[in-house]
Amino acid sequence: MLKKVDILMTGVGGQGVIMASDILTTAALATGYDVKKTDSLGMAQRGGSVTSHVRIGEKVFSPMIPPGGADFLVSYERLEAVRSLALLRPDGIAIVDSVAVTPLSVTIDGYHYPSIDEVRESLSAITQRAYVLPAMEMATKLGNPRASSVLCLGFLSVFLELPEQSWFDEIRRHLPSRLHDVNLAAFNAGVEAAQQSRKDEGE
Amino acid sequence: MKQLLSGNEAIARGAYHAGVQVASAYPGTPSTEILENMAGYEDVYAEWSTNEKVAMEVGLGAATGGVRALVSMKHVGLNVAADAFFGASNVGVRGGLVVVCADDPGMHSSQNEQDNRHYARFAKVPMLEPSNSQEAYSIMAPAFSLSEELDSPIMVRTTTRISHAKSVVDVNGDRPELGPPPPFIHSPSKYVMVPSYARPRHPLAEQRILRAAQLFEEFPFNEVIWGDRKLGIISAGVAYQYAREAFPQASFLKLVTTYPLPQQLIRSFAAEVETLLVVEELDPFMEEIIKSMGIAVEGKSMFPITGELNTHIVLQGAMKANLISGTQQGAAATTPTSKPLPPRPPLLCPGCPHRGAAYVLSRLRFGPKGSIPQAKVGGRKGKEWHIATSDIGCYTLMVYSPLFAIDSCVCMGASITLAHGLEKAGVAEKTVSVLGDSTFMHTGIPGLVNMVYNRSHSTVIILDNQTTAMTGHQGHPASGRSAKNEQAPKVDMAELARGIGVKDVNVISAFNLKEIEETIRRCTANDEPSVIVVQGPCPLYERISGTAFRVNEERCNGCKLCLDIGCPAITFDGDKAYIVPPMCVGESCSLCVQVCARKAIEKESD
Repeated sequence: MLKKVDILMTGVGGQGVIMASDILTTAALATGYDVKKTDSLGMAQRGGSVTSHVRIGEKVFSPMIPPGGADFLVSYERLEAVRSLALLRPDGIAIVDSVAVTPLSVTIDGYHYPSIDEVRESLSAITQRAYVLPAMEMATKLGNPRASSVLCLGFLSVFLELPEQSWFDEIRRHLPSRLHDVNLAAFNAGVEAAQQSRKDEGE
Repeated sequence: MKQLLSGNEAIARGAYHAGVQVASAYPGTPSTEILENMAGYEDVYAEWSTNEKVAMEVGLGAATGGVRALVSMKHVGLNVAADAFFGASNVGVRGGLVVVCADDPGMHSSQNEQDNRHYARFAKVPMLEPSNSQEAYSIMAPAFSLSEELDSPIMVRTTTRISHAKSVVDVNGDRPELGPPPPFIHSPSKYVMVPSYARPRHPLAEQRILRAAQLFEEFPFNEVIWGDRKLGIISAGVAYQYAREAFPQASFLKLVTTYPLPQQLIRSFAAEVETLLVVEELDPFMEEIIKSMGIAVEGKSMFPITGELNTHIVLQGAMKANLISGTQQGAAATTPTSKPLPPRPPLLCPGCPHRGAAYVLSRLRFGPKGSIPQAKVGGRKGKEWHIATSDIGCYTLMVYSPLFAIDSCVCMGASITLAHGLEKAGVAEKTVSVLGDSTFMHTGIPGLVNMVYNRSHSTVIILDNQTTAMTGHQGHPASGRSAKNEQAPKVDMAELARGIGVKDVNVISAFNLKEIEETIRRCTANDEPSVIVVQGPCPLYERISGTAFRVNEERCNGCKLCLDIGCPAITFDGDKAYIVPPMCVGESCSLCVQVCARKAIEKESD
């Protein structure tokens, strides 16, 4: 049994961050772990920054991950990955969709939106184990850009000791049946991408 | 059966299993999901009340009738309901009455972070605080029993991290068989609070608190966890979880009964430990009571009084006080980029019906002077600016760039009344007040009545999106939809305004900028009170989508006029505007088409 795993998930309102963290949390619960999760939504219905803290272990007290404590950072947008980096522990694993969702502060107020290279540089200051992948692009090719949330879960699953079946069960339970096929395919695509990345690292 | 439940889901499940028959609430983050879950039970009567005071009185009425009732609200909702809450404390109950009040330390979605534990002491109402979803579920049945035994409402106080965090719950109860309510008992000395009947009720309330303190000495969810006796910590709610994680070796007294405090239990715990701390969020509520018992204890000398706590903050506080040694964790907590990150605040959504009125107000120079470049409002220097008082809802977001359209947001209903006060003070600027349909029903109506009665000349703009959008699309009396999502009678706000005595009442579309501008210009020029109902559906609630508009790159000259409406679907690609197709709702909105001077925004098929 794992001692403790803290996973921070982040993205932009409407991307499915909360749904993905629900799938992860219930999959861990079904496996017999203690779990807690808490989301930060602010007032945003859509468009604001969203973070979700997921804590898995034998016994979990605080629902919030302390700064520098997250073992994993899963971000569905690259600016949001940088924003939440302070929560990742040194050499924790970052899984980041390279997609850019430009906030109005960039369009109107002239803020600088970080380039892919700047994002990679920020990540590398904390960890050498950062995976930047075009998750939304991959999900779009599979038939639904919104399946990127489940695709990244598939990538994450390769690093966690949760049985495959509980992932599949919870994906089915949390999504309407018309979306099952595309999301299960996205999950598998995420698994394959992670396995490939690990293989590349090994070489 | 083990389930993952939020605190709010657990409270609803616990209340259902405790036999609650009536549930009432007004939506407010982080409390909203309690009533939403209650509404899902077929054999519970559940309603969105007009406001929290109404909800409290509905619950008290049900309890007076001998059935169990649950009332829920956010912390500031209890300010609105305070009169009824004190009244309920005074007359007591027959069926159990539990008032759940969800505080928001850190102000995730609130205008303040008041500590509502003071209300329990203030109103002499016993209070329970769960520290996770399991306790939130398990304390509901005891809370109702206590309410009936003590002849008092019981307050259950949560915070955002209890209400919204999810944790594992063993759902081990079941709903009891319930019959019809018992016959009503006429009891004027208990329920008619004329002074002669009210005087004997006060000593009863004082006795009840003494009795509750006795019962709380044995309350099964209070818990002592012995560890190293050098450090003993008294805590409750989510703060207990932070403290447990920060001090894994310490001894703990975890309290669920936080008013009145079980003083014997505290004394015996304090006697066993060398150093005693209280870890609590917001005010030194328990700390001051324990100090007044003559016990040496520290709390707010180490831990902040403002904002949320977390494990890190608790540890830092203890280190600063030299209570524990060690280097601070999370040293990497600096932003690793040199440039400031672009903020991503909440916004009015693409297709939002509030955007048009907000845009027009800012162009007519309503809102904070100087926020918008003079060139954009077509004004010469020194041209007069006007005041827009606002209320609490999605439309409050029009305070942000690029709209900057409002000057105030204080509390529910304070838009109309502040504008009236400004006018009566002789402030020279024109005023309009801006509020939503749900807020108008909540506490806006008395302000409008006052405005007419006291001869105001101001203009009230009701932004009517037919739902309580910000809290997640709940029904309200002018929405035509009940808490159970059934059709309901619908208040006609324009007719209501006419009935109050407003002669100049206008109902216009939220997506016609010309009409909005003409109406606001005309109404604010008149010397009589006026109401403008700006109608348009919430695109999230109605799931509105359509073919996205696109930018004709040949016509677009990159003037950026279209950015002034603050639509998240419009960005710039090089020196031309670009509309992000999946975000744009298309023809149901079309504000960008109306503001583009070069007719460069067009339908896909054009």
